Amino acid sequence: MSDIARIVLEVKDLKVTFRLPTGDVHAIRGLDLTLEENEVLALVGESGSGKSVGVKSFMGILPDNAVIESGEALFHDQDQTVDLLKMKDSVRRKNINGTKIAIVFQDPMTSLNPTMSIGAQLITVLRSHKKIPKKEAYARGIELLREVGITDPERTMGQYPHQLSGGMRQRVVIAIALSQDPKLLICDEPTTALDVTIQQRILELLQSIQRARGLSIIFITHNLGVVSKIADKVAVMYAGKVIEKGTVFDIFYDPRHPYTWGLLSAVPELSDSKQELYSIPGTPPDLSKEITGDAFAPRNPYAMEVDFKAEPPMFKLSNTHYAATWLADPRAPKVDIPPELAERIRKMKQEAKDYAEG
Amino acid sequence: MGRYLRRRIIISISILFVILLILFLLMQFMPGSPFNDAKLSEEQVASLKESYGLDKPVIVQFFRYIGKMLKGDLGVSYSIAPNTPITSLLVNRFPVTLRIGFLSLIFGTLAGLTLGLIAAFFRSRIIKVIFNILTLLGIAVPSYMFAMFFSWTLGYKCNIFPMLYDFRSPMFSSAMPILALSLSVMAVIGQFTRSEAEDVIKSDYVLLAKTTGMKSSTIIIKYILRNSLIPVITVMASLLVSLLTGSLVIEKMFAVPGIGGLLTTAISSNDYSVVIALSFVYSALYIVVMLILDILYCVVDPRVRLGGKPS
Ligand SMILES: Nc1ncnc2c1ncn2[C@@H]1O[C@H](COP(=O)(O)OP(=O)(O)OP(=O)(O)O)[C@@H](O)[C@H]1O
Ligand SMILES: [Mg+2]
Repeated sequence: MSDIARIVLEVKDLKVTFRLPTGDVHAIRGLDLTLEENEVLALVGESGSGKSVGVKSFMGILPDNAVIESGEALFHDQDQTVDLLKMKDSVRRKNINGTKIAIVFQDPMTSLNPTMSIGAQLITVLRSHKKIPKKEAYARGIELLREVGITDPERTMGQYPHQLSGGMRQRVVIAIALSQDPKLLICDEPTTALDVTIQQRILELLQSIQRARGLSIIFITHNLGVVSKIADKVAVMYAGKVIEKGTVFDIFYDPRHPYTWGLLSAVPELSDSKQELYSIPGTPPDLSKEITGDAFAPRNPYAMEVDFKAEPPMFKLSNTHYAATWLADPRAPKVDIPPELAERIRKMKQEAKDYAEG
Repeated sequence: MGRYLRRRIIISISILFVILLILFLLMQFMPGSPFNDAKLSEEQVASLKESYGLDKPVIVQFFRYIGKMLKGDLGVSYSIAPNTPITSLLVNRFPVTLRIGFLSLIFGTLAGLTLGLIAAFFRSRIIKVIFNILTLLGIAVPSYMFAMFFSWTLGYKCNIFPMLYDFRSPMFSSAMPILALSLSVMAVIGQFTRSEAEDVIKSDYVLLAKTTGMKSSTIIIKYILRNSLIPVITVMASLLVSLLTGSLVIEKMFAVPGIGGLLTTAISSNDYSVVIALSFVYSALYIVVMLILDILYCVVDPRVRLGGKPS
């Protein structure tokens, strides 16, 4: 294989609008994403920034009142490229869903069919594309449950979702997602609804599966603490757009967008326990209104005049690091990142160094 | 499952017991007595009371009463058919009422389910409007209005169905009463099914099933249908009440020889013992059907069947 990493998914200028009786809500306003093979991309941002809608649009599971206005989502698979947005539902179902791309939702309590046993659900999924014998599907189901760390799979196969704990259910959901050997796994806040200790275990599970299978993962979360553990790259979303993207190092050690500064400052795991938890002032913009300039400007203490007038383009900061803020423009005055955050980053780097040196 | 059902059965029996108690007390407080005839001397009344056991303490009377009720002895009628055992008044009537009520429930439910599912799946404007009009009518208009309408159109004008119940063709002549009664059932079940099915269609587990590439038919049958039908069972229970009260008037209108007609006659001729016996029959019927629905619920829903504790 060539040195150049192979791209799995390219989302370009995706725009999604919800038609409501009260008017249109522009939930996704030009989303760009790139995902490479064997890579974990974290999609982060406050609630309502469009993380879920973004991925739902290329899985073909948007609500009826959502319209894809423009854009493409190119999926590359063995020298073939398809646009997921232009695909008919029936084609997507046959060629993509489950076998190429699978998804794990946030809430394991509602993700499983309450009236079907775990075994029946797994077997149904396993036989949805290939008509393998039931016995074989059952054996494969057991194998999958083992893979996701369920110790007594025979028993779990016969149980119903309500008899399982949240963590167990999420393992089952992951098993179902993996069952048809997809290339790309989308995890929409897969640990948010779980206890902290269980979150950790599910995270580790996803990580080990990713390594073992060489999966590409889009990992949606609004918890940056989780991101540093699992992701290779990070895309920060605000008001339906990516406003900064880069490697985990770019985003954690050298954040450039004031919104990213805010997000990082708000991570409790990184903060000194004594300190009061920071939260970004203000609220996200009303997506039913026209937005001029930088959508974050009204909440941005560093906003300049230009931020209210013109939308910043994606400035290239390095080969991997991009940010859509006028502060990255060569003409902009030099603004230092908030001193508390700078101090934190310094500490983080020190810790990482200490860790590396043993 | 066993524990759940045992509990349900115990509860049902207790409710039946309370109903018996209430009915018994009502009898006690009812003004007058069966023997308030001026021609009877006091000794005669006393001996009558003794022969009927009415001189015993109230509590003893109550248990004798329960014992008799459970043996199927509902007492005798005073005025409609003097001294006839009420049980014999019921033998022929009860099956007629049961048949009409049962068929109305089944027919209304099936029609409602079908309409509700159609409305949930095909979300075009026209279907929505037609569905809303139909169900609103069914809910707002009382069954006797439908009965009048059908009598006049299907019965009188078009002469398709007989306007009165006919012993010689019990099924055919029950058609209009069943139709009139089932419309409200259909409307309520229809609306309920639609909103349930719409919720299920939007649910995470259906969305997730779609992302696994399952066939639509599999998703509809295994994921959507079963899950949207379970809650409908609960509504059926509450519809039963309106069906029972509706049947009172409907039976009268179509001259159906059921217990509804008997009850209205008994009420208008002050035949307390018949009224109370029928109240018991209606209550018992209701409780039994509720129990059946509970069992059904239990069979189709693993959450009820297996209990809710995660292991
Ligand atoms: N069914 C819907 N109808 C109308 N608007 C919707 C609908 N679903 C989402 N939206 C809009 O789309 C925007 C993005 O929603 P989305 O669910 O993608 O946010 P998110 O980033 O996933 O947030 P969270 O972290 O809370 O999951 C929201 O601001 C909301 O206004
Ligand atoms: Mg979301």
